[in-house]
This record gives sequence, structure tokens and C-alpha cells, in this order.
Amino acid sequence: MRDLYARFGGGLATIFLSLVLIWLAAMVLAPNLMMIDYALRPNLPPAQIGTKADAWSLDNFLYLANEGVHRAIFFKTIWASALVAAVTLVVCYPIAFWMAQRATPGQLSVALMLVIIPFFINEVLRTLAWFILLAYRGPLNAALQGIGLIDAPIRWQGDGGVLAGMVYAYILFMLLPIYNAIESLDRSQLEAARDLGSPTWRTHWRVVIPHAKAGIATGCVFTFMLAAGSYVAPALLGSPGSRWFTEIIYNWFFEGGDWNRGAAYALTLLVLCLAVVLVTLRIARVNLTDVAK
Amino acid sequence: MSHSVELDGIGMSFGTTRAVSDVSFTVQPGEFFSILGPSGCGKTTILRMIAGFLEPTEGRVLIGGKDMRGLGPNQRPTAMIFQSLALFPLMPVWENIAFGLEARGLGKAERRKRADELLRLIALEGYGDRMPGELSGGQRQRVAIARALAVEPGVLLLDEPLSALDLKLRQHMRAELRALQKRTGVTFIYITHDQSEALAMSDRVAVMSAGLLQQVATPRQLYDNPATPFVARFVGETNAITGRVSAIGDGIARVDTALGPLHGRADGHLAIGQGATLYVRPEALMPGVGANTLRARVSRMDFEGAFALIHGQFADGAALTAAVPSTRLADAPAPGSDSSFFFAPEHAVVLADA
Repeated sequence: MRDLYARFGGGLATIFLSLVLIWLAAMVLAPNLMMIDYALRPNLPPAQIGTKADAWSLDNFLYLANEGVHRAIFFKTIWASALVAAVTLVVCYPIAFWMAQRATPGQLSVALMLVIIPFFINEVLRTLAWFILLAYRGPLNAALQGIGLIDAPIRWQGDGGVLAGMVYAYILFMLLPIYNAIESLDRSQLEAARDLGSPTWRTHWRVVIPHAKAGIATGCVFTFMLAAGSYVAPALLGSPGSRWFTEIIYNWFFEGGDWNRGAAYALTLLVLCLAVVLVTLRIARVNLTDVAK
Repeated sequence: MSHSVELDGIGMSFGTTRAVSDVSFTVQPGEFFSILGPSGCGKTTILRMIAGFLEPTEGRVLIGGKDMRGLGPNQRPTAMIFQSLALFPLMPVWENIAFGLEARGLGKAERRKRADELLRLIALEGYGDRMPGELSGGQRQRVAIARALAVEPGVLLLDEPLSALDLKLRQHMRAELRALQKRTGVTFIYITHDQSEALAMSDRVAVMSAGLLQQVATPRQLYDNPATPFVARFVGETNAITGRVSAIGDGIARVDTALGPLHGRADGHLAIGQGATLYVRPEALMPGVGANTLRARVSRMDFEGAFALIHGQFADGAALTAAVPSTRLADAPAPGSDSSFFFAPEHAVVLADA
């Protein structure tokens, strides 16, 4: 902060600082505080707001804890998001390694274009593309039937469809951090490991992955958070049996008209996601500041 | 356990660029063999072909008599020390050293034991649990050597591993490398562009230029009997005087030069009338008049301690360098004077111009 004052002088630095503070207060702090307030109050008809009945309690949270179906969907959303992160990691790691260590500059720019260009299109439209691809009478089933792999069309929509849509939607958030991390690995380390007789998998396990740990953790955290908070993919590619917790939150707000319970649900999801992220980073021994890079 | 390395007419092309052409030589088991040449001469390419990182486009690499074609670096009895050392920064020193044993499936206790033995060999006992980043340049160097020796290679390949060290440490590590090689008996193939390094450490040296092998010889032979003009100029300091061969007899050739007729050793590939250059080392030139006398104007004298370097110019403008021992400095000509220098014919070499 002293640097800021030294560089811009008292007036300008104060303006910058207050802009940041106002932004944080208005855009981050206030909505969250309001959500906590909502979550702790009961859902009352307008006439009773402000009366004795309008008192703080944990009723909305207890409702979630006692509602078996919602609880199950909540935990399923958490582990399914972890699965999305894991599958995205498995898909991205080889691509990131190839791009960072093996590709020629020409191949690299083509590959980067191929992964980045789809992101110019809105997420809803990209998910809609998967909706069409995976449709019961859609191209994927037609192709599989055409080559004789399956006799009758498969219903892809559901857990599988949601997983595919999310892995596709968040690939860039996993790919780029890992690519950045592996790109900084000195190639002679790979050669040295190979020269010492190490098989490929061991070189990755002992040399590349430890080096890229911060990038991998960053990618997993991003992907997990995005998946847990995703609405479009489960709404379009899911089935009644693969409901996502965000859909239930949506329903409380817009179908059930119970903002208080919706706020409690959203807050629970936020807290648990944060906990998962912090535990992941602790396990990977990565600091939040490394992720921010 | 050490292996011979035989290169049989190997060549390497990258697209249309020829990096190495038709190189053949044999390195004996247990030999300290250097490949010397300026940067871009193809020496690193040769080393990478021996290690298995590159497959030669022509010819064969034989290690211990076995053809290595098709075998990757992890399947060859070689271990390489990289210019950057390539230590694994996230592993402690002992795991670095034992990495090759880990890849061979040895148990942890056994690996630790071997690593500690090697740490003793390189005089770094007790450093096993440090991280490579906590070591000095020379210590990292020794760890890289220990890591390579841990897999008990028949041949150790060293790619200018001393180039990142400062001069004092480099000279110290030269002696240490040489001693380590004698103690382990492993064949060393050492790449360098530093001729004094190659001369001081090696049993034999191969000199490369522009992808071509110039000469393979002991350091002494290389210095005294360069086979090509490139070797004569690249290895050590020399005075080159061009002319034309006018007589050959008894292994001595007479070369008519702008400075008069001069005599030097001839190696049999010369013909009368051929354009040739006479090479004479600075320390072979003495002040005074003798068999081969040269006149030059002395411009400057650099006192270096054990000897003084006298710089001057011949009548035709070519540069002269003579080294005079400090003990005989009284005879040395003063700067600014026209002086005579002479040399014995057996201390000069005559080579046909390329």
C-alpha cells in the first residue's frame, strides 16, 4: 500500500483504494451478507415481515439436513463435481504435456486455436450442441448404429451426458494451468530420467507431475468449482434421475418462491465447495497464491 | 565394468542440414576420451547419438561390441551428464542419486544405502537429505556425476558439464573428474569446446570441425603433430606462415615464404610446388639467429609470470607471437625494435593448404 501511495501520490492512491473497497463491499460482501440474512430468516408472507415471527434460526439449514432427497442430491453434486474434475484432468494432462513438451510451434498454435475457438461461443450454445449430439435420435447414436456397435439407440442424457458436457465445457480451465506448469519444465530433466532407465509412466509420476502440481491443483479447483455451480449442463443434458443441486436452488428461488430456503441451500453449497477446495490445496501442499498465478 | 564405444561411419542430417558426416573412431574401455570442437561442430550430436537420443541417419554405433540401433537411451549401458546437469529439483539429493535404481525396482533401504556409498565417493557424506537447490555449483556437479554412476554405466557421457562453473572451480573439478574416472575405471566420453580442458584431462582427443572428424590423437600428438590446418590453429597458439613447398627430404620440407625459405617437419602428404603453411608454436621461437630465422618488428611484450608473450609483425604484415621464459628475459628484444627469431626445424610442422 505504501508503494501505491509512493507511486501515485495521496489523492489518486486514495481514489484507487476506495474504488477497490467500494467494489468489494458492494459486489462481494453485501450480497453475501444479505444471503446469510435471508438464509437465517423464515419465509413469511409480507404482512408478517418485521414481526416477532421474523427471527433468525437454523430452520432452513435443518430442512436440508432432514430432507433425504435434497441431501442425497447435494452430496451427489459434490462427488460428481469431483468426478468431473478427475475426468477432465485425465483428458487434459496428456494434451497439456504434448503441447508443452512435444509439439512443434506450428502444431502448438493449431492446438491452442482448436481448444480456444469453441470458447468464443456462449456456454449455453455449446451445451446445446452436446444436447443435439447426444439426442436419442441424434448423430452419435446414428453413427454407433451405423458401424454396428449398438443395435438400439442409447439414452445418453443423464449422468453420462452431464459428465461429457461438463468435461467439454471446462477443458480450458484445466488445460491452460497444466500447460503453463509443464511448459516450464526443463526438457533435459525428461531426458535425464529416460537416460537413467526410467519408463515413461515413472518419469511422469516422479518428475513431471510433481513439477506441475500447482497447475494440476489449480485446474482441479477451477473445474470443481465450475462444475459444482453449473446449471446449464445438468439442465440440458441431465435427466430426472441426474438432478444437480443448483437446479434445486433454482427451484426454491423461482418455482417455490422461497428465497430464504434457496439462500440457505446456496450458502451450504458455497461453504462445502470452499472446504473441498481448501482441503485439496492442503493435500497438494499448494498455496492459494500459487493458484492465483 | 566399462565398455568400448565404436563409431562406424556415422552421419546425421536434420532435414537438409548436415550436422555430422562419416565419423569413425573407437574409444577403448576405461579410456578418458574427449571430443573437442567449436560450438556447432557436431560434437553434441555425436554424444546424443551414442546416448540414444538420436538415431544416426548413416552408420552404426557399437557399445561393448553390440550394435545399438533401435535401442533407446534407457536401454543402453550409457549414462549422460547434461550441460544443465538436469538434477530433479523437487527430490532430495539421495533420491536424485538413487533415481536410476528406483527405475530398476530396488527397495528403498537398498537405494538409500547405495546413495550413501556414492555420496561418500564424491565426498558429500551427510548431504543426502538436502535439496539440490541448497548445494553449491560444484556440489551439484558432483551429485550429477554420482546419479549417473549409480546405474553402473559402462560408458559415462559428459556434455560440457563444467561450462557453468567459474575458472577456479572448473580447474578443481577437472582434476576431480580425472581422479574419479581412474578410480571407477568407467569409459568417459567428454564433450568440450575448451582445448585446455581436453588436453589436461584426456587420454585421447577427437577434434571436430563443421561435422567432420579432423584428428584423433593423444593430447601430446595433437599439439606436436596436428594433422590438419584446423587442428594446428584450434589447438594451442601458433604462428602460421604460408608459402610453397620447394624441397622435401628426410622428413623435412623447405617452404619458400615471403620471409625467406623455412624448414619444418613434413608428414609425407606434401608434393613439391604445393601451397603449404608452416606452423610454429610461440614457445618454439627463440630470440636470436639460427637455422630458420625470421625478422619481425616487436610491438608489445605481455609479462605473464612464468613467461612473457612477445607480439610483433612480420614484414608481410602477418602477426608473430613468441613465448620467452622469464628466466631468459634478458635476451628478449625490446618493443619497437626490429629483431630476429629462430626455431629448430623439428619444432615446426608443414601442412598442405586445404
